[in-house]
Amino acid sequence: MATHRIELSVNGAKQSAEVPSRLLLVHLLRENLRLTGTHIGCDTTHCGACTVLLDGTPVKSCTVLAVQADGREVTTVEGLEKDGKLHPIQEGFWEKHGLQCGYCTPGMMLSGCALLARNKSPSEAEIREAISGNLCRCTGYVNIVKAIEYAAEKMRER
Amino acid sequence: MIPSQFDYHAPTTLAEAVALLSRFGEGAKVLSGGQSLLPLLKLRLGTAEHLVDIGRIPGLEYIKEEGGVLKIGGRTRESALEQSELVKAKAPILHDTARVIADPLVRNLATVGGNLAHGDPGNDHPATMLALDAQVVATGPSGERVIPIDQFFVGLFTTALRPGEILTEIRIPVPPPHSGGAYVKLERKVGDYATAAAAAQVALGPNGAFVKAGIALTNAGPTPVRCTKAQQFLVGKRPSDNSFAEAGRLAAEACSPSADRRGAVDYKREMARVLTGRALKAAVQRAEGR
Repeated sequence: MATHRIELSVNGAKQSAEVPSRLLLVHLLRENLRLTGTHIGCDTTHCGACTVLLDGTPVKSCTVLAVQADGREVTTVEGLEKDGKLHPIQEGFWEKHGLQCGYCTPGMMLSGCALLARNKSPSEAEIREAISGNLCRCTGYVNIVKAIEYAAEKMRER
Repeated sequence: MIPSQFDYHAPTTLAEAVALLSRFGEGAKVLSGGQSLLPLLKLRLGTAEHLVDIGRIPGLEYIKEEGGVLKIGGRTRESALEQSELVKAKAPILHDTARVIADPLVRNLATVGGNLAHGDPGNDHPATMLALDAQVVATGPSGERVIPIDQFFVGLFTTALRPGEILTEIRIPVPPPHSGGAYVKLERKVGDYATAAAAAQVALGPNGAFVKAGIALTNAGPTPVRCTKAQQFLVGKRPSDNSFAEAGRLAAEACSPSADRRGAVDYKREMARVLTGRALKAAVQRAEGR
C-alpha cells in the first residue's frame, strides 16, 4: 500500500514525514514526532483527550488521518508555552486547580484556547458548550470553567 | 485502533474524484469530514480499499440562497451551518439540528453531505431534510442528478447514491412566510445518537390553520421515518394541544424503533410521540413569530 510524503507545520516548526495512508494524526504526533502531550483516551471520537488545533480549529486527532494534515498547521499542547512562559490558559489551569489526573487537560486547554481566540469574554454557558466534546472524570468541570475564565481575563488585560 | 490498510487519494477537482470513484467502484469510499467513516474503519465495522478525500476540492463548502432555494455545498461543515445567519433566518430547524450533532469538536470536521450520505438512521440531518422536502444533488460520471429526499434513504446505511457518485449539494426550498420548523432531540449526553428525535416544519394559512406539515423521526427505524399520516391529519387543523397530541400519536404509530442501551421499543415509541408534539409546538411558535 502506498505511503505519502507530507509536510506540515507543528507548533510553528516545519515537519515532513513519509506516512502510510492509515496513520492517524495522533500517532504521527506522539510516535513520529514524540509530542506525547496529546493524549489518546477513548480512541473512538468521544473523549477529546487527543484534541489539537488544525489551522486554529480544535479537532479530535484520533479521527483525522496524518495525510489529511498535509500542508496544514497543527498546534499541540507543547505549542502553547512561548519563550519559557506559560500561556494564560496554562496559568489558569495552574491557578484555579483546573486538573486532577491531568489526562484531559491538554485537550481542555486547546478547546479553551480556540474559544478565547473567537470570543474574548465567553459566558459560563459558552465555555461549557465549547468544552462539551472534552470529557473529564475528575474535576466535575467547575475548576476547568474557572481556569478558562481566568485565562479570558488575563488575555483581555494584554 | 488502526484501520485496515487502504490507499488514500486526494483529488483536487470534482472530475478527478468522480473518475477515481468510478475506477475503484465498490472498493472506494468518499472521505468527507471523516467523523463517521474513520471511526467505522478503526472499529473495523467497515473496510475500504480506497479512500477518496474530497477535502482538497475547492467550491464544495457554501451556504447560499438562490431563486427561493437554500443551497448547501455537500462538504459544508456542521460548524458553518451552526454559525450561519442565513440558516438561522431562513431555516431555524437546520440550526437546531446542526447544534445537537455529536459535539463541537466533531462538528468542526463533520459535513452535512456526510451526515446524509452515510445513511445512518441515527444521524440527525435526514429527518430534518425530510421535514424540509429537500433535494440531494449527486455528481457522477454522467453529470448531475437530483434526488428527492424521499427517494434517498434506501435502507440501513444504504442510500440512492451509486458507486462513482458524490453528494455535492443539498437544496432546500425556502419556507414561505408564516412557516416555522424545529428539531427536538432526546439524548443521554452530549455527543450521543438520539434516543429519539423529531423534526417538524409547518406552514400556516391566513386563518392560522396548517396548510402544510412536514414531520420526520430520527433513530426510529432502519431508515429515517416520514410520518405521512400525522402530516395529512394536520392539514386544515388549527394548532392546539389536541392537534399536536393527535399528530404525536400518529407519528409514534409510524415508527419501528429497535431496543438497545438507549431504551426499550415502547419507551422509544413513547418518546417519539412526546417529541413530535414538542417539535410541532416549537415550529408553530416560530411560524407565528412568537
